[in-house]
Amino acid sequence: MSAERFKILTGNDLLTGDVTWWTGSNWSRHVNDAAALGEDAATIIAVEEAARRVVSAYVIDATRDAEGVRPAHIKDRVRAVGPTVRLDLSLRADDPAATTWIA
Amino acid sequence: MYQYDTHDQAMVDARVAEFTDQVTRRLDGTLSEEQFRPLRLKNGLYLQLHAYMLRVAVPYGTLNSRQMRVLGNIADTYDRGYGHFTTRQNIQYNWIKLSDTPAILADLAGVGMHAIQTSGNCIRNTTADHFAGAAADEVADPRPYAELLRQWSTFHPEFDYLPRKFKVAIIGSETDRAAMKLHDIGIQVVKNAAGEEGLRIHVGGGMGRTPMIAPVIREWLSPLQMVSYLEACLRVYNRYGRRDNKYKARIKILVHEIGADEYRRQVEDEFAHILTLGLEPPAAELDRIKAQFADPAFDPAAPDAIDRSDPDFALWVDQNVHAHKASGYGIVTISLKPVGGIPGDASADQIRLMADLARDYSFDELRVTHAQNIVLPHVRKADLYAVWQQLDAAGLATPNLDLIGDIIACPGLDYCSLANARSIPLAQKISQRFADVERQRDLGELKLKISGCINACGHHHAGHIGVLGVDRKGVENYQLLFGGSEGADTSIGSIIGPGFSEDGIVDAIERATGVYLARREAGERFLDTWRRIGNAPFKDAIYG
Ligand code: SF4
Repeated sequence: MSAERFKILTGNDLLTGDVTWWTGSNWSRHVNDAAALGEDAATIIAVEEAARRVVSAYVIDATRDAEGVRPAHIKDRVRAVGPTVRLDLSLRADDPAATTWIA
Repeated sequence: MYQYDTHDQAMVDARVAEFTDQVTRRLDGTLSEEQFRPLRLKNGLYLQLHAYMLRVAVPYGTLNSRQMRVLGNIADTYDRGYGHFTTRQNIQYNWIKLSDTPAILADLAGVGMHAIQTSGNCIRNTTADHFAGAAADEVADPRPYAELLRQWSTFHPEFDYLPRKFKVAIIGSETDRAAMKLHDIGIQVVKNAAGEEGLRIHVGGGMGRTPMIAPVIREWLSPLQMVSYLEACLRVYNRYGRRDNKYKARIKILVHEIGADEYRRQVEDEFAHILTLGLEPPAAELDRIKAQFADPAFDPAAPDAIDRSDPDFALWVDQNVHAHKASGYGIVTISLKPVGGIPGDASADQIRLMADLARDYSFDELRVTHAQNIVLPHVRKADLYAVWQQLDAAGLATPNLDLIGDIIACPGLDYCSLANARSIPLAQKISQRFADVERQRDLGELKLKISGCINACGHHHAGHIGVLGVDRKGVENYQLLFGGSEGADTSIGSIIGPGFSEDGIVDAIERATGVYLARREAGERFLDTWRRIGNAPFKDAIYG
């Protein structure tokens, strides 16, 4: 069974630089909150960047599995968690499976 | 060490005020990201994978203890308790908030530091031999020239928008500790038979996508014409360097395409013209700068003997302490490569400790090396044990300088938005595989360098063993190179064959060291054996 593939939107918080994910109505730091995009990505990016809620937003492919939303590219999985070499600073600090999830 | 005068300080203070205003206007929406991005990059502020990253310039890698302490305090106050020393002799912070940046730049300006020209297509921070002013083998101190270059290149309006970034390195001894020939311009301070100082100018080296060794463009240049000559070198590049293709825009491509002789001819023409304009700073200015790099007050009676009764200390002395020009002193290199550690990272406490040691034992001076280590350049041999004890207690006394554990690794895919693959975990695995220091010492000098992409911030082309991370259909893959060097015998490494997984490349490197151990002749380093016997035996052992 191939995992469901869809588009999600990510960027960084203008003020803090934190990686954020579009939930459909707001931005979350947790990739699992990311919502599947419709056709309106360009509008969302324009509105949200103009409102200074996000910077450098872009659309990526993702899948959903038992653990939740999984960005298709390793770079975005690193962004979703944090540096694999400093998991203590990451969003999955106590999760030994985090590195496996990324790679 | 050079101390800012009122002009230097006023320039840096004005930049802080300007950027503070720009950040305010970005946050209130007056500036769009499109407008703001080039402005923040002009101040070393990148947006990386996890947050903003601030790159702070360490001029020619030289710091005093106050500056180093501020670097540690910034790590604590505004970041997550650590900083990353880079192959450009700079420091980067990985978790910066945009709103904090003006305060950070103000803290830096308070100790004569900044983040100016650490990004963009301008002349970047000049790098230099990290043993400058201390090494026993030094012909002349390159730092006064590096400082003059800093003053000349800072905010130079004509060279603010070059075809690509521009990097200058300068050394003052035959031993090249700054990868000088792998820079856009490499300068070697030399002396003639009469004992006069001159400059040998190399132009057109670099790593990245198209690695090249810089040819000599001028064998001898009077130091009193350095600024005019470099102005000419840059002018010819600015005029003819390619702007249509960023991969062909570095000066190395221009020099290669028109040839060193033609490039030299054009530079000489331009140089002759510039000399008529009287752009060169007066000799008194160079003298003023030189006076600030006078030797510290070395104690001529400092004892030369070292008590080596503690074997761990003796090992560290053998590996990490270099010969100093003054009797009774040594140059200490603090390895930022503990077994399994992150190359170049240091905690705020470690940074402050190194500052304290510089204040107490090294005439208040430190250096950042391009190999991502820290140097205390002037330590009395009688104080080495006390220094070592404090370093050891802080996890900073790893005796592995220039050994296989002293790995250069760029931030790679753990932090860098341009990366194809992670560099740091690979460095950690290799360092763990070769954790036994006696095994490392048996392998001898072996420079291993890892880059997470073709941009080569980890100098992989110049590693005796180099590793390049690539993206193979979304999976990290690593190419292995042999035969690079960045010393006086600079050479460019070549890829040995098909790439490897992360574990596969650690095994491949171990097998290559096995070939070296089996085939080496007396006195040969890994690199020497590879040069003598060629790739074939290594390929056979690795790919079988
Ligand atoms: S070599 Fe590539 S991955 Fe490594 S720091 Fe440079 S740009 Fe980033």
